[in-house]
Amino acid sequence: MVEASQKIPVTVLTGYLGAGKTTLLNRILSENHGKKYAVIVNEFGEIGIDNDLIIGADEEVFEMNNGCVCCTVRGDLVRIMDGLMKRKGKFDAIIVETTGLADPAPVAQTFFVDEDVQKNARLDAVVTVADAKWLSDRLKDAPEAKNQIAFADVIVLNKTDLVSKPELAEVEARIRGINPYAKLHRTERCQVGLTDVLERGAFDLDRILEIEPDFLEAGDDHDHDHHHHDHDHHHHHHDHDHGHGGLKHYHDEDMQSLSLRSDKPLDPTKFMPWLQQLVATEGQKILRSKGILAFTGDDDRYVFQGVHMMLEGDHQRKWKDGEKRESRVIFIGRELPEQAIRDGFEKCITT
Amino acid sequence: MTSEFDPGESASIVSITDRVKPLAIGAAVGSVHFLGERACFVGAEESVALATIDGEISKVPTHFGGILCAASDGKRLVTGGDDGKLIALDAKGGTTTLATDAKRRWIDNVALHGDGTVAWSAGKTAFVQGAKGEAKTFDVPSTVGGLAFAPKGVRLAIAHYGGVTLWFPNMAANPEFLEWAGSHLAVMFSPDNKFLVTAMHEPAMHGWRLADNRHMRMSGYPGRVRSMSWSAGGKGLATSGADTVIVWPFASKDGPMGKEPAMLAPMPTRVAVVACHPKNDIMAVGYGDGTVLMVRLEDGAEILVRRNGGAAVAGLAWNAKGTLLAFAAEDGDAGILEM
Repeated sequence: MVEASQKIPVTVLTGYLGAGKTTLLNRILSENHGKKYAVIVNEFGEIGIDNDLIIGADEEVFEMNNGCVCCTVRGDLVRIMDGLMKRKGKFDAIIVETTGLADPAPVAQTFFVDEDVQKNARLDAVVTVADAKWLSDRLKDAPEAKNQIAFADVIVLNKTDLVSKPELAEVEARIRGINPYAKLHRTERCQVGLTDVLERGAFDLDRILEIEPDFLEAGDDHDHDHHHHDHDHHHHHHDHDHGHGGLKHYHDEDMQSLSLRSDKPLDPTKFMPWLQQLVATEGQKILRSKGILAFTGDDDRYVFQGVHMMLEGDHQRKWKDGEKRESRVIFIGRELPEQAIRDGFEKCITT
Repeated sequence: MTSEFDPGESASIVSITDRVKPLAIGAAVGSVHFLGERACFVGAEESVALATIDGEISKVPTHFGGILCAASDGKRLVTGGDDGKLIALDAKGGTTTLATDAKRRWIDNVALHGDGTVAWSAGKTAFVQGAKGEAKTFDVPSTVGGLAFAPKGVRLAIAHYGGVTLWFPNMAANPEFLEWAGSHLAVMFSPDNKFLVTAMHEPAMHGWRLADNRHMRMSGYPGRVRSMSWSAGGKGLATSGADTVIVWPFASKDGPMGKEPAMLAPMPTRVAVVACHPKNDIMAVGYGDGTVLMVRLEDGAEILVRRNGGAAVAGLAWNAKGTLLAFAAEDGDAGILEM
């Protein structure tokens, strides 16, 4: 078995048409970082860099034959990963670029489901490039664009030079209304530090340290000075905005995040069956899930993460002395049955 | 304190490891074949190593990159690479470029017909090239997962998502489509031409009886089936994917329908490769922990050919007469055995 650290990291690069994915890709490939990337693209020829490890993909989404509709994988990716493994040692990481209209879920699920893929590679993060000028419009008329924002671990908000400050605040608020947890970077021509998009370990259970919204301070022009608000109510089913610490605050009609929290320990014999049942029945609505859990009579932190119906979890480490044993769970999804989820979670708290 | 009697490994199984001629290929190996009496170790990338029973190794460069597929009929070995090339290698080490993909797409699959016809695939397109004339092409709805020629006539099975298409490249007849949900990868005809089987992306096999297209579901594997081999005369189909060799019975006209498979040579690791002897009812089995066994199909009696340790077994092959067995692990540690 290959150690997790030796598995080849895979970055999934998404973004609506014209947002700047290719610009970011070209930057990653041309910058002098001493690393070699294998790149799986959909449009051959757009990459201006000579690299024999650029592979054209067909973006074939296959249903696994187990009757579960949302259990889809990228069949072409399974094949390409297989072939790439013949050249192990010739590259350090893999980048999978999806088409502008693609749903990132089948790509991510490929890394959960396929045994052979999982043996050699690990999903690092879903990076979504968004166009500051047009994203607000796309969120209204393109469900794909909304999916990509909701799914992201990292959002590169590009072309910020083409919008005014109020417009930028507006689009950021729209993004936060859907996904307050992704790391957001404002860029012009995708000028983002490569360490901000690569080697993020977003799917690494060992690296789930905290689950807090990643809000930028309103009026803050710096990309790197993130400030973490403790903020728990971004999930109402109506579309309005209100001021919050100077930051405009939108709630998206159909895509929300839901955050649950408990100071009291959870009962593992109740929580795990509840969570499994929840993703089995509502998995199509739940795009991403993540949690840090404090169980009754357990000195270890338990962490989990999921994509639609697929979950993986493990004991992570001992709770530290003086560390607050608090459980946090988040869901990002569409039309989440908020009250049912809240009620179900409450019942898992040890009384 | 407990003291238990440890019989040791040597007492439990007959070993012929000392009769194996060890070979160091010096590079990762993807599969093993025979060209006449010479064993061919197809590298994971760039070259094929040819070895004699005396242990003499010569390397032939074939591809500028990864070697994705290989097939041999005993007279020539044809490989497809991620450099878009299809290369034929003869027993003397001579190479011929059979095709170069115009768009430099990966050559994912290759199959050989007894009459010299070659089939290969790149993406969704299957190609067939006879000894003379132009290559013919056929597009299936999704990427080709596997190719196989029928034992009789020029008929090509093309496995893909949702089933298998049977194409007659030299006839005007419409292709036949055998439907079954899921992604089909490797495909094989039974030697008597009565059955078609596929290894699927999920841990299962599927089969069709060609006379009436009746389905045969062969499931229950813990892992994907990556290797399958027909026993002498096609009475059974030995498969990898579990911690025993799963052998499906094909001796009757119903094939494995309603029957249990035989489960032979259990080990605490997965079976990686199986290769049945061409004449006798024995098979060579390679495991994920590097072990190689010879196993009698009738009763599962085992003989140790290679001890466990090191990388997983990547390939096994018998020569046509069944007098030589060659094997290689993924890391290039290989051997050849004269029976």
